[in-house]
Amino acid sequence: MEYISAMLFKTTGLFHLTFPMVIMWIIGLTLIYLAISKDYEPMLLLPIGFGIIVANLPLAGLMTPEEGLLWKFYQYGIHWEIIPPVIFLGLGALTDFGPLIANPRLIFLGAGAQGGVYVTFFAATAIMGFDLKEAATIGIIGGADGPTTIFLATKLAPQLLGTCAVAAYSYMALVPIIQPPIMRLMTTVEERKIRMTKSRKVKKLEKILFPLVSTFVIILLVPASAPLIAMFMLGNLFRESGVVERLNHASQNELLNIVTIFLGLPVGATMNAENFLQPKVIFIFVLGLLAFIFSTITGIVLAKLMNLFSKNKINPLLGAAGVSAVPMAARVVHKVGVEADKKNYLLMYAMGPNVAGVIGTVIAAGIFLSLLS
Amino acid sequence: MSEDIVAPLAGKIIAINIEAGQKVEEDEEIFIIEAMKMETSIYAPCDGTIKAIKVKKGDSVEEDAILGTIE
Repeated sequence: MEYISAMLFKTTGLFHLTFPMVIMWIIGLTLIYLAISKDYEPMLLLPIGFGIIVANLPLAGLMTPEEGLLWKFYQYGIHWEIIPPVIFLGLGALTDFGPLIANPRLIFLGAGAQGGVYVTFFAATAIMGFDLKEAATIGIIGGADGPTTIFLATKLAPQLLGTCAVAAYSYMALVPIIQPPIMRLMTTVEERKIRMTKSRKVKKLEKILFPLVSTFVIILLVPASAPLIAMFMLGNLFRESGVVERLNHASQNELLNIVTIFLGLPVGATMNAENFLQPKVIFIFVLGLLAFIFSTITGIVLAKLMNLFSKNKINPLLGAAGVSAVPMAARVVHKVGVEADKKNYLLMYAMGPNVAGVIGTVIAAGIFLSLLS
Repeated sequence: MSEDIVAPLAGKIIAINIEAGQKVEEDEEIFIIEAMKMETSIYAPCDGTIKAIKVKKGDSVEEDAILGTIE
């Protein structure tokens, strides 16, 4: 009898439980807590947190190659590069390029705010000794774009996928806390009070041409960005064409919501104790934060540089919106602007560099892919 | 001399703090508009009396839409 109950006990997960697994549960529960009580990117951190917990339950085998349920989600959804591009289809349908088309020079700010990606890439290889592929994956966290980070990690450094995704989404949630002090430090009150000249009205034809022209230009220049750019621009064409309202609606609602579920869960499940509980994970979080800070700084500096050469001044705060956390970064710009001049409405102007930042991050990822894979 | 109060950005009117006939001072918060899931205040452009309000709470307005007039 004793023998049987001992045997039974050995078939339970409890017998195989290890201390690192329990630490992973705590990490997973912390993400769920932050998602629920602090509203930190709940659409992603909630499923990611849950994925972490269930992937660290002994004998459950959810991530066992060829058999585990979450392994299948991971393999066919993320490893096969299906989910991040489908997310981009939805984002394209959600994105209004109007503010960018009205003020095309702001596209440079979307490029300028990728500075942190490259600074961090060099810091991670040269100083911290990460290999080039890992360094690129860590650097892209500074672009503040979750699906792009996941896309690049899958191709270059799958072992860092979970960590980099969690870092990217955490920092996106922390944009309103990380960015404002840097923005105040980098600008004078007078600069923050600069009011933007009124944007012109954008014609429907321009909005239809934008995704088409962007598709040609970007994919011809950086072919490796094709999966994300193609889907992003198709989604935007659905939106702006005005003739496929059902596809537009499905892309930005049902489809986006469905794939979001299948993105977060397996990403969390890649975070097993052996993989995650390593000193280098701490470095990744520190480097990711630096990437974010540098991107904010380079965006603002570029805006100031552009002001040296143009009569029509840009409010340099807009540079901070070049990180692709849409629309959080634009909201932060607006709020910091309003502190200096309560009648300065920067929100819509900030959306220009903000959406340009998404494209900028995808291009940065494409360049890494072309050079490193 | 009456002046239009225009929407500085597109969004949804979520609060109207004034009534027709009410006296307001410049920079007094008169409307709250929600854009990009964020509340933004709209202030009186000058001292004066509100002559008319052209929107209702819950209306979606375009940029430059006339929200009311002030005299």
